[in-house]
Amino acid sequence: MYVLVTYDVATATPGGAKRLRSVAKACLDYGQRVQNSVFEMKVDPAQWTECRARLLSLIKPEEDSLRFYHLGANWQRRVEHHGSKPGYDVDGPLII
Amino acid sequence: MKTHLNTLFITTQGAYLAKDGQAVAVRIEKKTRLRVPLHNLDAITCFGRVGLSPQLMAACAEAGVSLSLLSESGRFRAAVVGYSPGNVLLRRQQYRAADDEKATCEAARSFVLGKLGNCRTVLNRAARDDATGERADRLSRSAKRMGASIVEAKAADSTDRLRGIEGEAALQYFATFDTLRTSGGGDFAFRGRSRRPPLDRINALLSFVYTLLMSDVRSACESVGLDAAVGFLHRDRPGRPGLALDLMEEFRPWLADRFVLTLINRGQVRPNDFQTVESGAVLMKEKARKDLLVAWQNRKQEETTHTFLGERCTIGLVIHLQARLFARYLRGDIDAYPPYLWK
Repeated sequence: MYVLVTYDVATATPGGAKRLRSVAKACLDYGQRVQNSVFEMKVDPAQWTECRARLLSLIKPEEDSLRFYHLGANWQRRVEHHGSKPGYDVDGPLII
Repeated sequence: MKTHLNTLFITTQGAYLAKDGQAVAVRIEKKTRLRVPLHNLDAITCFGRVGLSPQLMAACAEAGVSLSLLSESGRFRAAVVGYSPGNVLLRRQQYRAADDEKATCEAARSFVLGKLGNCRTVLNRAARDDATGERADRLSRSAKRMGASIVEAKAADSTDRLRGIEGEAALQYFATFDTLRTSGGGDFAFRGRSRRPPLDRINALLSFVYTLLMSDVRSACESVGLDAAVGFLHRDRPGRPGLALDLMEEFRPWLADRFVLTLINRGQVRPNDFQTVESGAVLMKEKARKDLLVAWQNRKQEETTHTFLGERCTIGLVIHLQARLFARYLRGDIDAYPPYLWK
């Protein structure tokens, strides 16, 4: 399945900046960064449970927020990109 | 159920692959060009001069991503393999079967029947679909000979006899191979199989596609816990993945050969996509190789119904399912290995 993860981490304090980095790092382990705090992930349900738990354990619910959008299996129909940095298609040919 | 994941191909010379978190980062001139999580990949295939970090190798072995290094022209050089996965009991069963004359013969028979059956279908289909007159005649005559070889293979009582039948049939098949081609003219003429080096364009394509198929079959064998080196139809030889070559036989005609012919017939490869070097070897140019990889990846993403299991799956997964069926045959869950017969 395909999941879109976005987050907003309050960075006013040094602790916040640290949380921001660790949330970004966790997201990078599961998917690709499409914009600064927006990630697209192709994960199976087990990987998703793992990723979700990890993200939830990192944030401070009073200050930060996380949003998950489930795009399902037919995500290609639901995603449109315009402008620079188009990202890659995880299911398409990956040739560098 | 296992899903068919993507393969990452690295064809840029001088690229460097490193582990970055749980992902692989592709660096070109110190800049990260792509970053893909390892769990989205089945395999990483590097062509030519590509560097790898030791951490990445370890992470790939652990995550079950097969990492193989090929020469720039696609010859297999090395693979990074971790602990043999799967079941030691299954591997022992495989060695026992390979030592047993009767069991070897039965397994080899399945592989030969799979290959011959698919060769026949390829010829018959071409004869039915788009051939008329003399051409159709030649194709169906050749298909009939395949049929005769199938009868012989069913009755053969030794592995050597099967090897003989398979060899003769392959000669026959390649003698008609050029008839399967509908365009390309003299530029893509095929005058028999040549390899190491391939001496014409079609042979260059075939060799390259066979290597790609080989690495897929090999990693399928390894991921279900079989030993890719111990074959039945192919005798053991150091460095030769006998079982992968065995399992590959049934895929050659319908997956690899048809793929090459389609590329030529549709004009997706052009005569000037190739260059001849001094030794007479014909090699594909960089750009053509990339296009071919894209086409190959797309082909593997196409869906089909598995003829034996009756399930919808991608073609890339068929390879894996066949390896799994063979493991089940060795374990004694099924009486004979059912090769994938293309319809």
